[in-house]
Amino acid sequence: MTEVARPRHSIRFHGRSYHAMVLAPEPPVANWLADLDTWLERSPGFFFGRPVVLDLTVVQPGSKQGLAELLQNLSERNIKVMGIEGAEPSWLDFAMPPLLLSGRQASVIPGDDPPGAAEAPAPAPFSDPSPDAAAPLSIAPSPPGDAGSAPAVAATQQHPNSLLLDSSIRSGQCIVHPEGDVIVVGSVASGAEVIAGGSIHIYGTLRGRAIAGSRDARARIFCRKLEAELLSIDGLYMVADDMPAHLRGQQIQVWLDGDSMMMAQD
Amino acid sequence: MAKVLVVTSGKGGVGKTTSTAALGAALATAGKNVVLVDFDVGLRNLDLVMGAERRVIYDLINVVQGDAKLAQALIRDKRVPTLSLLPASQTRDKDALTDEGVARVIAELKEKFDWVICDSPAGIERGATLAMRHADVAIVVTNPEVSSVRDSDRIIGLLDSKTEKAEKGERVEKHLLITRFDAARAGRGEMLNVEDVLEILSIPLLGIIPESFEVLRASNLGSPITLNNPVSAPARAYFDAAKRLNGEALDMTIPSDRRGLFGKLFGRRAA
Repeated sequence: MTEVARPRHSIRFHGRSYHAMVLAPEPPVANWLADLDTWLERSPGFFFGRPVVLDLTVVQPGSKQGLAELLQNLSERNIKVMGIEGAEPSWLDFAMPPLLLSGRQASVIPGDDPPGAAEAPAPAPFSDPSPDAAAPLSIAPSPPGDAGSAPAVAATQQHPNSLLLDSSIRSGQCIVHPEGDVIVVGSVASGAEVIAGGSIHIYGTLRGRAIAGSRDARARIFCRKLEAELLSIDGLYMVADDMPAHLRGQQIQVWLDGDSMMMAQD
Repeated sequence: MAKVLVVTSGKGGVGKTTSTAALGAALATAGKNVVLVDFDVGLRNLDLVMGAERRVIYDLINVVQGDAKLAQALIRDKRVPTLSLLPASQTRDKDALTDEGVARVIAELKEKFDWVICDSPAGIERGATLAMRHADVAIVVTNPEVSSVRDSDRIIGLLDSKTEKAEKGERVEKHLLITRFDAARAGRGEMLNVEDVLEILSIPLLGIIPESFEVLRASNLGSPITLNNPVSAPARAYFDAAKRLNGEALDMTIPSDRRGLFGKLFGRRAA
């Protein structure tokens, strides 16, 4: 009797990345814990359902017992630690969260300050004192309880996404880069096209078409020498005939001011 | 080591065939084994310019399709023994060229000759892309006028993307040959000057061929200008270009036919 050979699948493993909040205690730990308590008084649900990683590069508990104590302190404040960074493997036992490696810095998640707390001294780890913290991020932190929104949080990560071209763009070539800026170290020939989601920078003569900001009205076009056939930002365009004659051959930049295209010599 | 050279331009009528014949003859008189391959299937001209139109039996298409052997199709020049011609077919069209067939013919020619010079048809279609496909070196022929310059720019883009070398990540060596140049008209602004053309195309200059009635006369006689009148200004410019192709460093000059008073008085009779 013949046996039916079943195709045997091996167990599959997948890699997946998530955004986690990193808590980095500062010495002395007792004061830091007190600060944390003040913070939690104002935003009681802040850590609820959020993945938290404990960064021990500054405060080193030095032993298994020290680490266990710190984890206990956090757990009393309802902070669940999913992983530990910057610790010695000897401090960890099996019951503790695993040691994480190769973490990468992402943007700061702004703390949602309750009303009236604006004047309060910045409670340590979460608010970034740099002016950047005031700049609006594209996606607000997810409301507590909406823990399954990892992809939305991931979208706040800003990749450097410019396209650098080290040669001239020849007639008939079309460069399309919808994700970001295009930088051309060379010229763009008559009959060539550069299309960018962001700004366009040309370190040579622009003789062809530059179509910038297909997703961004704040995009600009820069070139060393203007001989362009067509310039466009966010759907508004201008052909060579509409360009001011005195700017031909000049180093210029182009931007949008409401519904009009502005052009000036740099 | 054999080199495959394509003479191309994008635009028609700028002097690709004339330049192919003149450079080929110049290289051959310098002792190199040269074959000229006409890729302009359906509109062949190189045989006329070389004065070989009465000797065509088989052509490139016959060899590509395996109907004839390469040796049967090659026409040896009567003036320069190291110069040969592989003519195009006049009755077929460019679709008769196959990728494999062309690759095989070029490989075979590379074994026999020092220089395989491909005369590209105008345009950017099949004939032109197949002519440049296997090139190691390209000569981009340009007239000093805007339409020719833009078309040349397009062709340079194709040389950087559609050739075998480009696909392997290597670079085709590119040279610019400016033909029909008239220094006086460029000076008056009626023509683009050399600096303008070089700035737009930004590839090294191989030579500047002055506008001259000698070129048309030689073509009509079925003889490359470099053989018909080797001392004429365009012929000297082509000889210089050929030397630069062989790696010689020469100062860039634009030869001229301007004669002194003596030449003016007596030159007429000789011409």
